[in-house]
Amino acid sequence: MKNKKKREILDKSKISRAVTRIAHEILERNSGAESLVIVGILTRGAILAKRLAAIIKDIEGVDLPVGLMDISLYRDDVNSNPDQPIVRTTEILFDISDKNLILVDDVLFTGRTIRAALSQLVEFGRSRTIQLAVLVDRGHRQLPIRADYVGKNIPTNFDDNVRVYFQDSDDIDEVVLYPAGEKNSEPEGGDGK
Amino acid sequence: MKLSSRHLLQLEGVPKKDLELILDSAVSFREILDRPIKKVPPLRGKTVVNVFYEPSTRTRISFDLAEKRLSADTISFSASASSVKKGESLKDTVRNIEAMKIDMVVVRHRSPGVPYYLTQCLDANIINAGDGTHEHPTQGLLDIFTIRQKYKRIKGLRVLLVGDIKHSRVARSNIWGLKTLGASVAICGPTTLLPYEAERFGIDIYTDINEAMEGVDVVNILRIQLERQKAGLFPSQREYTNLFGISRERLKRLNKNFTIMHPGPMNRGVEITNDVADGPASVILDQVTNGQAVRMAVLYLLSGVDERDSSEDSE
Repeated sequence: MKNKKKREILDKSKISRAVTRIAHEILERNSGAESLVIVGILTRGAILAKRLAAIIKDIEGVDLPVGLMDISLYRDDVNSNPDQPIVRTTEILFDISDKNLILVDDVLFTGRTIRAALSQLVEFGRSRTIQLAVLVDRGHRQLPIRADYVGKNIPTNFDDNVRVYFQDSDDIDEVVLYPAGEKNSEPEGGDGK
Repeated sequence: MKLSSRHLLQLEGVPKKDLELILDSAVSFREILDRPIKKVPPLRGKTVVNVFYEPSTRTRISFDLAEKRLSADTISFSASASSVKKGESLKDTVRNIEAMKIDMVVVRHRSPGVPYYLTQCLDANIINAGDGTHEHPTQGLLDIFTIRQKYKRIKGLRVLLVGDIKHSRVARSNIWGLKTLGASVAICGPTTLLPYEAERFGIDIYTDINEAMEGVDVVNILRIQLERQKAGLFPSQREYTNLFGISRERLKRLNKNFTIMHPGPMNRGVEITNDVADGPASVILDQVTNGQAVRMAVLYLLSGVDERDSSEDSE
């Protein structure tokens, strides 16, 4: 039943093409990799960030600094959520001041995760710009936030569940939509739910 | 994920998964202490009161900083400068504080059981910052965190607590926490400083330090409370140093990659020699830094568990 209803949105090759295109767009817009740093939101945003950095290295031959960020302490529902998120470590081991920072996440939904990430980034320094790259934009924003680079826009209902799976963490590269009412086996996830 | 209790009163009886959740979260909070801006917002809007009925420097500062770094509003209250001096009872004092709309209470008191008593008369989350000779759970957790930071595990390690076990709340919290996480724990000290109920802990008990140190990974050296000298629990400091003081020669009996700990304040030259306290195996200052991370983790995790949650859980 569950398998009948779930809908595959991107497969491995489509994900790969989308990520490569985003990498090119980032380089195009920032005139190369000179001033760039990348920060991915844990867990899958971080995987995506590393992939983008690897592709940019292939194209430009530059090793970009990649940071990882956990936003749980910055969530605005931290006191109302009965199940507290497990806090993971943020690792931004470079100076972001005066850099063009590419913030990366897998799914853009309400915008609250990105809001939390922006609050946290401010505490690490004053970057020249913060640009947002996401693999999937599924709409339903609750805050005035917009992505600069999008792998794919997909129309969804608010209660649908969009999941991104990556080889690195899930043994498969795939983006899947579970229509409302279909419970996903894996409840973890940031903005994608 | 959340803790199974909304208070932290002791480590005895705390389930393994709770201990692990606190220790895992503390790793993330430790990272925040290395940031240029050491402050995060999860306790914004919450008020924490530190009620200290007993003198304390590092525990109080550590809690106060941990609270501030989580963006909580904090009030520190010490009995010596309050209406307690005018004869107000503990219950009245804290109920008055609670009437000022507070969310959490960190309490230190010389009587065991006071933190538990407070859970009976207040709605706030209660954290025990040391109650008499009973327990000091956050100190126990920070000691365990420091050990885990070095060895990446607790299970199977041999940990020895040396000194005044009888009066030590730190020792009790260490023993329960370490045992739950699978370490093999031993205590060593003069018989007059070992608790009557030591067998209840289910650990090895030694009175000969040389024997006790054989094959041990971690030695946690407790303070000899000089004020208790008058009680005649051991003949002289000099004799104590000869029989139980940790000097460099004694370290040879330990396992290769050994660790020296001390919850402070230290009596240098009595229970620990200078070269051991400042030696490469000493993690005494790491303990202090880690204390903040552990307390941040405890405050953060407890703040998420309120009474309302338990009824909404099933969803």
